[in-house]
Amino acid sequence: MVDTLLASLTDGLLIGVVYGIAAMGLTLIFGVMNVINLAHGPIMALGMFGVYLLFTQFGMNPYLALIPVGFFGLILGIVIYAVAVNRVIDAPHLSSLLATFSVNMIIIGLGTALFTTTFRNVDYSSLGTLTLGPITVPLTRLVSALAALLVTGLLYLFLQRTRLGKYVRAVANNRTSAGLVGIPSTRVLAFSFGLGSALATIAGGLIAISLPFTILSGSTYELKSFVIVVLGGLGNPVGALIGGLVLGLIEGVVPVFMKTTWVPVLEYVLFVLILLVRPQGLLGAKR
Amino acid sequence: MKAWRSPGLWIPLVIVVILAAYPALTDKASTRETVFNVLLAIGLASSLNILLGYTGYVSFGHIVFFGLGGYAGFYLIDVLGWNLLPAALVGGAVAGSIALLLGLAILRLRGAYFALATIGILEAMKALVINMDFLGGPTGMELNFQVYKDYGGAGQMLWTVYWAVAAIALIAVFLSFNVKLSKFGLGLMAIREDEDAAEVMGVVAQRAKAYAYVLSAILPGILGTLFFFKQGVIEPGSAFRLHMSIELLVMVMLGGAGTVLGPILGAGVYQVLRVSLLTSDVALLGLRIRDIQLAVAGLLLLLIVLFIPSGAIGWLRSRSNVLRRVLE
Repeated sequence: MVDTLLASLTDGLLIGVVYGIAAMGLTLIFGVMNVINLAHGPIMALGMFGVYLLFTQFGMNPYLALIPVGFFGLILGIVIYAVAVNRVIDAPHLSSLLATFSVNMIIIGLGTALFTTTFRNVDYSSLGTLTLGPITVPLTRLVSALAALLVTGLLYLFLQRTRLGKYVRAVANNRTSAGLVGIPSTRVLAFSFGLGSALATIAGGLIAISLPFTILSGSTYELKSFVIVVLGGLGNPVGALIGGLVLGLIEGVVPVFMKTTWVPVLEYVLFVLILLVRPQGLLGAKR
Repeated sequence: MKAWRSPGLWIPLVIVVILAAYPALTDKASTRETVFNVLLAIGLASSLNILLGYTGYVSFGHIVFFGLGGYAGFYLIDVLGWNLLPAALVGGAVAGSIALLLGLAILRLRGAYFALATIGILEAMKALVINMDFLGGPTGMELNFQVYKDYGGAGQMLWTVYWAVAAIALIAVFLSFNVKLSKFGLGLMAIREDEDAAEVMGVVAQRAKAYAYVLSAILPGILGTLFFFKQGVIEPGSAFRLHMSIELLVMVMLGGAGTVLGPILGAGVYQVLRVSLLTSDVALLGLRIRDIQLAVAGLLLLLIVLFIPSGAIGWLRSRSNVLRRVLE
């Protein structure tokens, strides 16, 4: 019993970190511009296909492939911001929700036609497994989790230490004042959207390395990201990592005690409850 | 009744009546199915409009009431052997009561938080129903075909359900007109413009919002029972489909949120467009439009959101004073 529990705990934590950076992309965009990016899932799916194509067509190491994929996500995000979001940034919520949802439809529509909806997987199991007492994990999962932590660390350093990172935080804090002190806020907004998308594609790529996927898989992870973002507090990137771990734990541990089909019920009920009782998230300070 | 003389009411009503009568005159099954989908969408979109258009609360999971009503009615018909009519009414009542309970809780949230909560509720409900063995779990329930005998066979049943859905569409339009012109509706629109100011002016926002939520849930509940009775099967995936929920938002936006005629126009245009994209043979950059219909629909939605956010009817109303008086 303890052994199964330990094993599921590890499984949950490892996948939880990856969920965490997916949610970080979503929460960063919300924190900076108050827009919920409903194209988040399809962007993640593009990341999955990016890694898949680089791996199968060019034989690239899937972890190295994350770098060009992340860069692609950055550019894609900036383009999406310029085309779909910039015009509705100050409009009521419905406009930006629908604008990003229409991007979702465009990506899914084209993606389904190009890639069909058959399952793919990145067959990269050459790393083998790691056994530690009762716990056996595929090494890919461990490396993925470490890569996710590395990305989190880099993001943190970027936001805290670099000038551009400070711009992003300033615009998130108060766009008008940021503009007054000479920060090019529109360009910073576009960049933030790109950064959020880059995180989404990297998370997608990491998921693709350990789990099979289709172009439609993104929507499942998008919903998970919503749950995580709310757990950690909307707009709080560090909270997103914690939220990811909590969700990973739930997914790992709950099936030990009850049927797997109850996991989503718990997740979504928790989601709505937290929205109602602690909309600032588990970590957030009382406002 | 002064309302009856208002063109804002009879124009939409006449449009829906003509639309509903058309398949009966041509008597073609394919036309009837197309119009059936349009009428269903009119009923759903007009209901959603009460919450979305008048009150300004974005519900991404409104289809949850369609699914709940569908499941409640389906259970009564399939397991308890009820007749369609009372089952549909109970379906509506179930949807309405659950809306009241949920509404009291989540209507305290505003903006994006409310939108997220509605997605959460839809997904929670879907996951919950999957675990309910008496509702058939993940595979859902299937009607015994013998049931249709009581309604004059499967062929006659299709017409019965058709007229019932047409009637609900008419009621939805009538309701959304009357709500819009009532004091209650004005309260809702005040909430949409500025909730705090509305409260200061004496609108009891919590109560008004809860009523609007319930009102927008009842007809979808009835339509759910009718729709799934016609389908003969119900399963969680088709009853609680997030995508369908968002299609409804698109319809309302297309026609014009907060107008009576808008959802009707939006529902018609969207359904016809979808069917014609699905059956077209035109190719674009080597991809058949049929295969990328979702992308084309997405592109259209984007153009509307960016350039005519008030929708077709809203745009027409802002263009001329005559139209503003005629169109509601």
